[in-house]
Amino acid sequence: MLSAFLGFELIRKVSPLLHTPLMAMTNAIASISVVGAILITGEQGASTLSKVLGFIAVVSASTNLVSGYLITDRMLKMFRKPEPPKK
Amino acid sequence: MTLYQFLYLAAAFCFIFALKWMSHPSTARRGVFSGELGMLLAVVGTLIRHEVMDYQWIVIGLIVGAAIGIPIAVLMPMTAVPQRTAISLSCGAFASALIGTAEYYKAGARPTFTTAALMVEILLGFLTTTASLMAFGKLQEILPGRPIVFKFQNFFNLGVLAVAAGIGVYNIANPGDTHLFPVYIALAMIFGVLLIIRIGGADMPTVIALLNSYSGLSSCAMGFALDNKLLIIAGALDGSSGLILSIIMCRAMNRSFSNVLFGGFGQLQAAVVGKEARPVRSASPEEAAVILGDARSVVIIPGYGMAVAQAQHKIRELHDLLTKRGVEVRFAIHPVAGRMPGHMNVLLAEADVPYDKLIEMEDINPDMGMTDVALIVGANDIVNPAAQNDPTSPIAGMPILDAFKSRTIMIIKRGMSAGFAGIDNELYYMPKTLMLFGDAKSFVASLVKEISAA
Repeated sequence: MLSAFLGFELIRKVSPLLHTPLMAMTNAIASISVVGAILITGEQGASTLSKVLGFIAVVSASTNLVSGYLITDRMLKMFRKPEPPKK
Repeated sequence: MTLYQFLYLAAAFCFIFALKWMSHPSTARRGVFSGELGMLLAVVGTLIRHEVMDYQWIVIGLIVGAAIGIPIAVLMPMTAVPQRTAISLSCGAFASALIGTAEYYKAGARPTFTTAALMVEILLGFLTTTASLMAFGKLQEILPGRPIVFKFQNFFNLGVLAVAAGIGVYNIANPGDTHLFPVYIALAMIFGVLLIIRIGGADMPTVIALLNSYSGLSSCAMGFALDNKLLIIAGALDGSSGLILSIIMCRAMNRSFSNVLFGGFGQLQAAVVGKEARPVRSASPEEAAVILGDARSVVIIPGYGMAVAQAQHKIRELHDLLTKRGVEVRFAIHPVAGRMPGHMNVLLAEADVPYDKLIEMEDINPDMGMTDVALIVGANDIVNPAAQNDPTSPIAGMPILDAFKSRTIMIIKRGMSAGFAGIDNELYYMPKTLMLFGDAKSFVASLVKEISAA
């Protein structure tokens, strides 16, 4: 609950200018599910089924993770600073 | 506190700062770095947990994931951002749905609360997976973009959801019985498809934000199921950010959530058919160039049409040229212009338009009355004055950019077809409006040529 509230407060301040990078970013954060995937896959005595499912989950979560962060950064690089006014 | 718990806590802080820093372009890249650091801490923290014994498949999985993810991120053109977002939402939700499934099939009793959290996770996970795939298909134009509606659709959709919920409750009450579980998954996936087929193009920003929220909530539910606080925190951050984005989008269209999800703008099409053609004034690039060259202030209003025509680079040339001649050029960005939140900003940023030239709706509207020329590129409903004048209009009450207040209005458009909402636009018939018929990219290119020749 606390973090949901915090999330609300934080996002409200984000300027609409950055909504797309923001989505890419929260998308990348959503790949936190990689943590759950690792736990399921790596557990001692995990059944084959959970290993297979866990493996696919690790792959798709880490795809998301890597591409999410890279693309956010690529997008943000494009938001160049306004040029200083010429004399 | 053990080491991994400490790492988790640090990771959570990193995520919070990441979002905080995203609030301004000057600190945003620091935000990304913070997010990356948080993720690294989370993964390392998880790997060193003593429950994790078998590293082989994890490492292979991470490598394969990175091998797929890096090319996607580096090679993908910026114009495909909405599609990528959809597909990546699908991936994330799929991962969390699979984890939920694996956990569910694990032997052993678990508390009712955990099963309930699992059910929520799995429902949201699979629903978001198929819904995002459908959204991807629509954005990529593999699937028809028009909303698909049929009789009793709401009734049918809710029925599917109700059956799924019923099975979910049954599964919670009878932990040992896994027979109905595949049906549950299937229903969740079907509901995801049903949810999206009725959504049309202009509602995509809202829906993508909403799906983002779902995938976050799914992670959050997973956190409760696996008793993992980091997952709960990150999932909640994600869920609430998606939710607030979709609320912003809804407000920008003056529509409620349920209206976007269950309304379907498609049915309104019939209302406009049969209207007689009314005269409009059109102009050639030469005429338009003269007016633009003589203007003192120009506001450019981009819409989805600019994205389709890939006109952003030409528009930047026009901006540079006019600025050099002493014309004040600004861009007015409507919150729901394009196909995802912030779509126009990214396209214009890609074309090197400085971000301080991109003005939000509330900030630019007071200036519209003093603007010489409003140049509308491929936008329609977001400048339709019917939203303010005509209470019977389907878009009544939707906040619009007050283009109609400027001294001259120019609209670059391929033809007279109605916009997404399927309604006529009064703006086209105003005496001070010039219609510039043609493809946005080539038309702007000829404007640039004419102005530089003058």
